Amino acid sequence: MITSFADWLVFRILGLSASTLFGSAVHFFVYDTIKIFFLLVTIIFIVSFIRTYFPPERTRAILSHKRTYIGNILAALLGIVTPFCTCSAIPLFLGFIEAGIPLGVTFSFLVSSPMINEVALVMLWGMFGWKIAVIYIFSGLVIAIISGIVIGMLKVETLVETIVHKTPACCAAVPGQTSFRERVDFAKSYTLDILKKIAIYVLIGIGLGAWIHGYVPADFLAQYAGKDKWFAVPLATLIGIPLYSNAAGVIPMVKALVEKGVGLGTALAFMMAVTGLSLPEFLILKKVMKVKLILIFASIVGVGIMFTGYLFNLVIK
Amino acid sequence: MKIEILGMGCPKCKKLTGIVTETVKELGISAEIVKVDQISDIMNYGVMITPALAIDGKVVVAGRIPSKEEIKQWILEKQEK
Repeated sequence: MITSFADWLVFRILGLSASTLFGSAVHFFVYDTIKIFFLLVTIIFIVSFIRTYFPPERTRAILSHKRTYIGNILAALLGIVTPFCTCSAIPLFLGFIEAGIPLGVTFSFLVSSPMINEVALVMLWGMFGWKIAVIYIFSGLVIAIISGIVIGMLKVETLVETIVHKTPACCAAVPGQTSFRERVDFAKSYTLDILKKIAIYVLIGIGLGAWIHGYVPADFLAQYAGKDKWFAVPLATLIGIPLYSNAAGVIPMVKALVEKGVGLGTALAFMMAVTGLSLPEFLILKKVMKVKLILIFASIVGVGIMFTGYLFNLVIK
Repeated sequence: MKIEILGMGCPKCKKLTGIVTETVKELGISAEIVKVDQISDIMNYGVMITPALAIDGKVVVAGRIPSKEEIKQWILEKQEK
């Protein structure tokens, strides 16, 4: 349906020809824009609705009785549904630690929560299909679980800064009892918020992607970043670290790059680095943990991401 | 009345401060609007997700920006007590 609408708009109304580079680029842009925005609205709405059932207090209560392994698995899973934003990373981190959640379990949550987020999922689904989105979720969970277990085994609790305050954060102060209406309202305003924030990046990303799609020769990048190039994965991971806020714009471009010969594993590693290794988050976390711990955290997750990248470069096609 | 905005200076906290200030002005009440931006203070409220809003020491919302209508309702509820 979207295809026929895009056909109609681009070829009939704008009078462009499907056989020209420009025509195919514009068609690509129109088609992807409609599809992505449709998916964004639907998925973000559903995810934010589900999220109203998992405020951080609840997640913390579930995790506080859990130990290593089970705790790590649950933390990674709950990371998907618990809302997370970089500016809340500190209160969340401290709240978890104080409730007696082991450091390793807390880190499993800290890895999965930003990495497996609804925007990245929509973009992956829309651009690469549901299989890749599922692979992404699964790899993200595995990385989160293993990173947390490893950090737990390292016994690095001394690297956490202690912040003294009067009352223990035991008593969830936030009012419970949310009505269905309130959940829908929350989901609506959250969806709008996110859309406003990312719309421009999505458009730029799809635009650049369309340009690459139309003008860069197929397999042009294979010689530089094909999956037989060992340096492609670590390089992609490194480039991904500072790009956090632009996850929405990055993925359409990555799709175009994959078409031009970049390995799919390399692309996955890149996207995981964009969402899971975030420079602003590291800077904020510096207030509650020693730099050494942040480096350990980033290295373990980085190694996990690169491993995933190599693995899928080997396995897929 | 004391209205506190809990948050470590993120853009959403600033937006919330603006909305609260406007709401208070519209209601024409006298309220002290305080920004709580020290993490140790925020933790005292048991809040794990910012921005959050507390009226007279009690958290009314956390993790989202409430509408003016909601804020008005909370303020009025407090005043009745």
